Amino acid sequence: MDVVLNGQELVNVSGEPITPRGSALLVLGCPQVPVQTSIALYLINRLRKSGIVTVVAGNKSANTLLLIADPDRHYLGEVMDLDRAVGLISDKKRDFDRCFVFIHNDAGVTYAATMGVISKAKLFTLIYGEHYDDLVKQVDFPCTIIAAKAVHNPLPLKKAIDEVTPWAA
Amino acid sequence: MGCVESMNYEILMRNASFRECRDYIRQHFREFIDVQPGFKIFDIHLIGIPPIAIGLDADFIVFPYTKPCHGTFLLRIEDTAEAARLRRLKK
Repeated sequence: MDVVLNGQELVNVSGEPITPRGSALLVLGCPQVPVQTSIALYLINRLRKSGIVTVVAGNKSANTLLLIADPDRHYLGEVMDLDRAVGLISDKKRDFDRCFVFIHNDAGVTYAATMGVISKAKLFTLIYGEHYDDLVKQVDFPCTIIAAKAVHNPLPLKKAIDEVTPWAA
Repeated sequence: MGCVESMNYEILMRNASFRECRDYIRQHFREFIDVQPGFKIFDIHLIGIPPIAIGLDADFIVFPYTKPCHGTFLLRIEDTAEAARLRRLKK
């Protein structure tokens, strides 16, 4: 599929809108680990090139890091507050086909478990950071785990994502 | 900021893991209910690994409150109406 990213709209190479192949929610964690922002933009790019509409949900700092990095919204589509996203999904007002939860601490695992219950989305957990292996052991709910020891260098996590190709799932 | 953060709350635990908070509620409160993630209490939808335990002690409600950067807090808030609502759910 020839897809061009044009703001929030998915269009083909002729500039005509295309029907999305699905939707994906990216649930951001605390942005204190540097790879999160980089990997989020990378994942958004890959998903959108596959015709998947993306929505980002995070706290103010995590969202602002993305908004500042992509001021013309070449990659970012809709960005919303994390608590609001949880509320909308819990109230059955909104849902997604895929959900990616960024995890580098206990709170991340907690958010992922929550998404696994309130959403019908296929759940992917992106686990990274210095102690990623301890966090992997805490994930005892159904999901596809994508994990790598990545703190400052995003390449190990990018490689793990590429091996899973979640945009093709 | 959610409304909970502007309420008169007491923090019983901070920077704890979610499981530590659940264990604390079950060990320290004879009366508690288990709910699923997304359950609405006050103005928030609870985040947690199911089941989420909510402790009840007279008019006080004890529940986990998770934030991405600060882990899980165990909050204690007095609210007669909300405590009564939760008790009705137990029946």
